[in-house]
Amino acid sequence: MSDVYIVGVDMIKFGRYPERTVPSLAAEAALMALDDAGLGIGQMQALYCGNLGQAGGMVGQRLLAEIGQTGIPVTNVANACATGATAFRDAWMSIKAGVYDVVLAVGVEQMGKGLLGGGAGVSTEGLIGSGTMPAMFAQIGMEHTRKHGTTFEQFARVSVKNHFHSTLNPKSMYRVETPLEQVMAAEMIAYPNTKLMCSVNVDGSAAAVLASEAAVKRLGLMDRAVRVRASAMSSNPFAERQLAMPDFSAATRLAAKSAYEAAGVGPDDINLVELHDCFATAEIVHYENLGLCADGDAGRMIDTGETQLGGRVPVNVSGGLLSKGHPLGATGIANIYEVATHLRGAAGERQVEGARLGMTHVVGGGPGMGTACAIHILEKV
Amino acid sequence: MTIDTTGDAPPIVPFLKRAANGLPYLAGSRCEACGHVFVGERTVCAKCAARDRMVAVRLAETGKLYDFTVVHRSFPGVKTPFVDAIVDLDDGSHIKGTLLDVDPDPKTIAFDLPVRIVYREAAPVNTGGKPYLTYFFVPA
Ligand SMILES: [Zn+2]
Repeated sequence: MSDVYIVGVDMIKFGRYPERTVPSLAAEAALMALDDAGLGIGQMQALYCGNLGQAGGMVGQRLLAEIGQTGIPVTNVANACATGATAFRDAWMSIKAGVYDVVLAVGVEQMGKGLLGGGAGVSTEGLIGSGTMPAMFAQIGMEHTRKHGTTFEQFARVSVKNHFHSTLNPKSMYRVETPLEQVMAAEMIAYPNTKLMCSVNVDGSAAAVLASEAAVKRLGLMDRAVRVRASAMSSNPFAERQLAMPDFSAATRLAAKSAYEAAGVGPDDINLVELHDCFATAEIVHYENLGLCADGDAGRMIDTGETQLGGRVPVNVSGGLLSKGHPLGATGIANIYEVATHLRGAAGERQVEGARLGMTHVVGGGPGMGTACAIHILEKV
Repeated sequence: MTIDTTGDAPPIVPFLKRAANGLPYLAGSRCEACGHVFVGERTVCAKCAARDRMVAVRLAETGKLYDFTVVHRSFPGVKTPFVDAIVDLDDGSHIKGTLLDVDPDPKTIAFDLPVRIVYREAAPVNTGGKPYLTYFFVPA
């Protein structure tokens, strides 16, 4: 099976674009990624398009209507917060399978403001706990507190770090430093997550052009290429409390294990990570889920600055979902853009020096639904 | 068990039921193959995948607080703060709910606090004041 490479990748600056349409946001990122590769839509053999909000709305076909209807197969993908990464992985699989050798993957989302969660029918909110995403991830943090004594302050430090990182990223929605006292004193949403410890609902899009080794050589693009060393996915295995609280850790651990095995590397080999910091509490538990530290050691890891730019394994140097923003369907390709940019040595002020291997992680789902996790390991060529 | 409801308000969730005598209870299922107890009725075990080994049970009405958060921001119209709790019931099942009769201050709420279930009528935020039968946790 051929190695698969990213030869073009880009994202729009995340923000609020209520006057735009979903396909137009997707088209902008698609053209940017094609330009990055120096290729045109006419050279793409298939399109994998991730979007959640209009999952029934043929976003991929409408995207092609904006940039060129070449008649290629389109697969529209929806998979919670792993939507974009799933589209990317489907593109990767199509090349691995030898069906195509140059394909386009796009992730896009246009979101409203406000709390996510809840559902149709008679509301149980407040009567049977809470169905909001902040409450769900607050409980995940409190479970870590129960097991390991992790403090409010340690969770808050994640936001301090990621907000600082975002000041170095021109494509981030917010680019404002927030001292620890400010993070902790912000409006409490669901303890221990304050408003500054919740990710930002924004609009955004990101895209990648993937190619087989033969195609990369034929097109003369090896100088732009980033190798996909591993693509792994999982769903939530049975978890004891799954009917009461969704489990994001077991799925992440499963996908991480298969990604490390497929790449033939371990956590110590990874130079930077973009992981799913939908809430500050989530980043802490994923340090352990991804094997970046031993179980129970995540609080110490944030305290000592190991995951800060310049530290042992910088995490979310893009600003993360907490500051860059979290347009659900775009997030999984945007974090691939971030890691690929570092591996190309093109990340400017926030460059992780000497980066050779990077990991991306997204995991999503909801109460009573289940979990989708996708992990990619990318390598400098 | 405390019941502050004598009316015929409909149960807010399918696994909350009324017995023939009108008294509420929480319906669960136990897998005879692996022993896991689930909230709600089901026919296949999600844990061990056994089919047709599920037996209907009434869930325990006492347990311990496994995990919680204090919710300060919720959907419009929902009164905050409230304590969103995960309880391990004494029969081994796990259930989410709102914990009443505690100070909504995380520093004063202890993991493993013994709790019991009470049944009450309450109006969901989106039913125009129409009451439903629901359940809550209170310190035991
Ligand atoms: Zn079973």
